[in-house]
Amino acid sequence: MSDYIEKLDHEINADDPTLGDTEIQNYTINFGPQHPAAHGVLRLVMELDGEIVERCDPHVGLLHRGTEKLIEYKTYLQALPYFDRLDYCSPLGMEHSYVLAIEKLLNLEVPLRAQYLRVFFAELTRISNHMLNLGSHVMDVGAMTPNLWLFEIREDCLNFFERASGARMHSAYFRPGGVHQDVPLKLLTDIADWLDTRLPRLFEDAISLVADNRIFKQRNVDIAVVSKEDALKWGFSGPMIRGSGIAWDIRKSQPYDVYDRMEFDVPVGTNYDCYDRFMVRVEEVRQSARIMKQCLQEMPEGPIASFDRKVSPPKRGEMKQSMEALIHHFKLYTEGFHVPAGEVYVATESPKGEFGVYLVADGSNKPYRCKIRPTAFSHLQAMDFMLKGHMLADTTAVLGAMDIVFGECDR
Amino acid sequence: MGHSAPKIAAIPGIAEEIAGLLGPMLIETVDHVGELSFTVVREKLADAMEVLRDRAHYQQLMEVAGVDYPERPERFEVCYHLLSVTRNHRVRVKVSTDEDKPVPSVTHIWPVAGWLEREVFDMYGVIFSGNPDLRRILTDYGFKGYPQRKDFPLTGYVELRYSEEDKRVVYEPVRLAQDFRSFDFMSPWEGAQYVLPGDEKAPQAPGAPSPAPAPPPPPAAPKGEEKGDKPKVTEKSGDSGAGEPTDSKANAKSPEAPAKPAADTDEGKGAAKPEDKA
Repeated sequence: MSDYIEKLDHEINADDPTLGDTEIQNYTINFGPQHPAAHGVLRLVMELDGEIVERCDPHVGLLHRGTEKLIEYKTYLQALPYFDRLDYCSPLGMEHSYVLAIEKLLNLEVPLRAQYLRVFFAELTRISNHMLNLGSHVMDVGAMTPNLWLFEIREDCLNFFERASGARMHSAYFRPGGVHQDVPLKLLTDIADWLDTRLPRLFEDAISLVADNRIFKQRNVDIAVVSKEDALKWGFSGPMIRGSGIAWDIRKSQPYDVYDRMEFDVPVGTNYDCYDRFMVRVEEVRQSARIMKQCLQEMPEGPIASFDRKVSPPKRGEMKQSMEALIHHFKLYTEGFHVPAGEVYVATESPKGEFGVYLVADGSNKPYRCKIRPTAFSHLQAMDFMLKGHMLADTTAVLGAMDIVFGECDR
Repeated sequence: MGHSAPKIAAIPGIAEEIAGLLGPMLIETVDHVGELSFTVVREKLADAMEVLRDRAHYQQLMEVAGVDYPERPERFEVCYHLLSVTRNHRVRVKVSTDEDKPVPSVTHIWPVAGWLEREVFDMYGVIFSGNPDLRRILTDYGFKGYPQRKDFPLTGYVELRYSEEDKRVVYEPVRLAQDFRSFDFMSPWEGAQYVLPGDEKAPQAPGAPSPAPAPPPPPAAPKGEEKGDKPKVTEKSGDSGAGEPTDSKANAKSPEAPAKPAADTDEGKGAAKPEDKA
């Protein structure tokens, strides 16, 4: 040791304080695949220089289930529940793109009440998705309480889904031609009460704990700044592109169902960092509640599914009376319906961003090809450039602000 | 009123504008249900994309999708979905390729293409020249084959389980407890391409060509040795394992019967032979 100090004494130079520093090598760590802040089964191979991230290589596909291949072997209706299982935090958002793609190929008109119901439940899905994401983002950077409160709201949402469709998560509620079944009036009034009382109280309380919190801001402000140009180049969408200051919302610019009748604002970020992405989602929850209230006010009475019996099944009561209805029901649940040949790409604004379905039909009762455009794929790919030069501890903040669910990313 | 899918206002003359910009790079323009697809020359893809981004203002590449059409000479199609956030419009650009011909990468135009191309490579085996990191992405480490090709079976080739003896996960060839069942519901009145079960027994319609004569029965082989190779069928009563028919007398009276018991007894002897040798 004394030799070493002696050697250093000769080398130390006031002009160049780094002279004589020992060369240390970068080292590589595995973040995940089993890490509570990895939001599932993400494996990040990170090259660190001390605590600074030099390079980050996300390994995805650990939850790959071959959904697209399975869909090719199912009829159009049988393939629908696979979409619930893609992004299991916002199932109806996934179904929405798929049913719209089928309806576009069939050029099928959907009754107005069904369109309202779809928008209504898609927005409820957005709220429940954001509850999970905001809560886990807050928890990833160190706060515990808001997550528990937000999960209360999510629990309410899941109960509403259960009352509408029978299932808490995998609803399979949207169907080509409409929705599966009508909702009871009591459910709508309960949701209306909830929107007026419980949701704002719990949500605003929980957010008030973090939105102006010093520690939360220190962990998020100026972290992973993405400019507008980068956001476009990296294929960002949803809250990520709005967090980068581009007011792009498919619900506004390419409205589907009855979104063109809804009045809502599109929040955008101003500093393009993780905090902006967080706050964009917070504001989206308020806007979703606004859209849901408008739906409740305007929703007309009427049928909830198309009357085209070659696509949507008849009512049970009708089947007891009519031979034709019985035949239609049997054919629909064995053979399914045929979709005319063609290809469409339909993208909707899912809670996480642009969720697209590229559907190639060959005129038979099964999709020839169904390519799913997940939101997480392009966001996660940008992880490397967003993290470069940040500290290891920022990884969780960046990941939380991306809102990634691996069921969807890996398909 | 029609469908309620996302409404994208058609820009008048957009197809001609893009066709003009692409010039000889363009092969075909298709406008189907309000969506424009442009098929371009494969070698010129990167140039075409640059033109579309810089001069037609399609700033974002949202998706790259592969499709497999095994009956085409160039079986794969790679579809790029572009979005313009300023013009609020989407277009699709397609190229066709096969297993060997590389598609020029567009990673230098949109870095997002990196993973999207990796996925097409992983699923179809399409090669992208110029992609700096063309690895598999979604499938398992060390996976073989291209799962989205139409000739790849749905069940795959290997399955894995945790082996208690080896204390690790082991790979094994897929064994199905039940045969893979694929129902197709093509109506026989709408041109099913196969013989429906039972139809082969139906008499030919008058005027139809007479069926080819049945192939001669295979020469009688020493039966005992061959037994393992033969498919197990129960065409004769003796094959069912029930043994000698008890009503042989009744059979003897019927005109077709005599051949049958003879065959049965013969086979019975054949089966007994190896035991005799042993």
